Amino acid sequence: MIEFKLPSLGADMDEGKLLEWKVSPGDTVKKGQVVAVVDTAKAAVDVESWSEGTVFELLVAPGVTIPVGTVMATLLEAGESPLAPCAGRGAGADGPKPTLPLPGPLPSPLPPAGEGVSTGRRRISPAARKHAEVLGVDIESVAGTGPEGAVTLADVEQAAASAKVSTIDTKAGINPARTASALDKQAEMREAIAAAMGRSKREIPHYYLSEPVPMRRATEWLAKANEGRPITSRLLMAVLQLKAVALGLKQFPEMNGFFRDNAFRPAAAAHIGVAISLRLGGLIAPAIHDVGGKPLEQLMLDLTDLVKRARSGSLRSSEMSDPTITVTNLGEQGVAAVYGVIYPPQVALVGFGRIVEQPWAENGALTVMPVVTASLAADHRVSDGHRGALFLAALRDLLQQPESL
Amino acid sequence: MTDEELRTVVIATLKTIAPEVEEGDLRPDRPLRNQVDLDSMDWLNFLIGLHEKLKVEIPEADYAKLVTLGDVVDYLVRKLAK
Repeated sequence: MIEFKLPSLGADMDEGKLLEWKVSPGDTVKKGQVVAVVDTAKAAVDVESWSEGTVFELLVAPGVTIPVGTVMATLLEAGESPLAPCAGRGAGADGPKPTLPLPGPLPSPLPPAGEGVSTGRRRISPAARKHAEVLGVDIESVAGTGPEGAVTLADVEQAAASAKVSTIDTKAGINPARTASALDKQAEMREAIAAAMGRSKREIPHYYLSEPVPMRRATEWLAKANEGRPITSRLLMAVLQLKAVALGLKQFPEMNGFFRDNAFRPAAAAHIGVAISLRLGGLIAPAIHDVGGKPLEQLMLDLTDLVKRARSGSLRSSEMSDPTITVTNLGEQGVAAVYGVIYPPQVALVGFGRIVEQPWAENGALTVMPVVTASLAADHRVSDGHRGALFLAALRDLLQQPESL
Repeated sequence: MTDEELRTVVIATLKTIAPEVEEGDLRPDRPLRNQVDLDSMDWLNFLIGLHEKLKVEIPEADYAKLVTLGDVVDYLVRKLAK
């Protein structure tokens, strides 16, 4: 029996609300398959399974908020019999299904999906439940008129109809419920960012370095490369910068990985978290996987897709949970340099400012050069300024050979 | 397509990138990217949107000419007239 648990989707997430199951009992699940959609403070995330198996039961119902680590579903391994697991489930195994470990202030849990009348909390027929899901009705808010207060199909329809009326009432102006929820969401995201960044500044002894990087070769190379391309496959400078960071990290593994339980574990590949600002405020830094192993064209496709999905709120759990370093590019907003706050458990953050033309002395002559300030914020528990400086120098050199990126 | 119709297409495309944009707040003579906070990815997507709707080729070398909303509309008028 495999337990499918709610994974951590970043340092700023300790709970999530299940929005939707993408599988049903009996379905076979492959590694990496999206099995559920979970709403976090920052975005709705497609949660992937890291095991293969057949779905045995779904233990959490949509609408319920659960802490990270909660068993959400059980899967049967290949060849496993569905009866075996009950015996191995520990105390109370032969009783009713274990109740979910929900902390107090959360909304009262629904009975596990797939089960009809249960838990004594709320009686509802499976048909009514299904119908409520289809109509988007919150079962907890429906008054039951059936036996022992059970919610019937008619009750659900009644609730859906009255909800529709109240929507129409507010259609003329701004829907107050919707505005409130957007504001809530922003407040929630601000809180999540505050928690993660507060933890970072408390726990991580940051050091900061910066280096002006001449960008003539890179800008000329990019202009030339884009000249022959249709607009739909043009590259952005951000892609060259990401690739250069990934290649530089190969020589500096102490900048790339996780610091957990008082120990640093370098990562084998550079999964670069890309800081993406959201239009209504807040930011999110999901990963592009194995940046060092991908050609620029692929990285451009990945980046375009990632930004689009970050803004529409459909990221995947692996993108949220495994960035091994973050790159932020605030040059877009017009600043010359950015000194970032490391996103725990990562140990470094690379920042790029705006590319500006400035006087540049080289080989005894003065010229005008497009220059970007590359900065590094790194964790002193893992590396020293000397290594950090060498990393930035390597990054500078890589950007002088754009053709090799 | 009249200038006014083109302008409508440009605004509609802009709104797919920046849904919060209010047409009345846009000054046609001020840099568009500053007014709407478009980063280079947003800008590229905006131009791709125009390319797809109007079948206009917009070489990267021309980006520098496209600063204000007025510039963008004028540029498209000229391109479509050819």
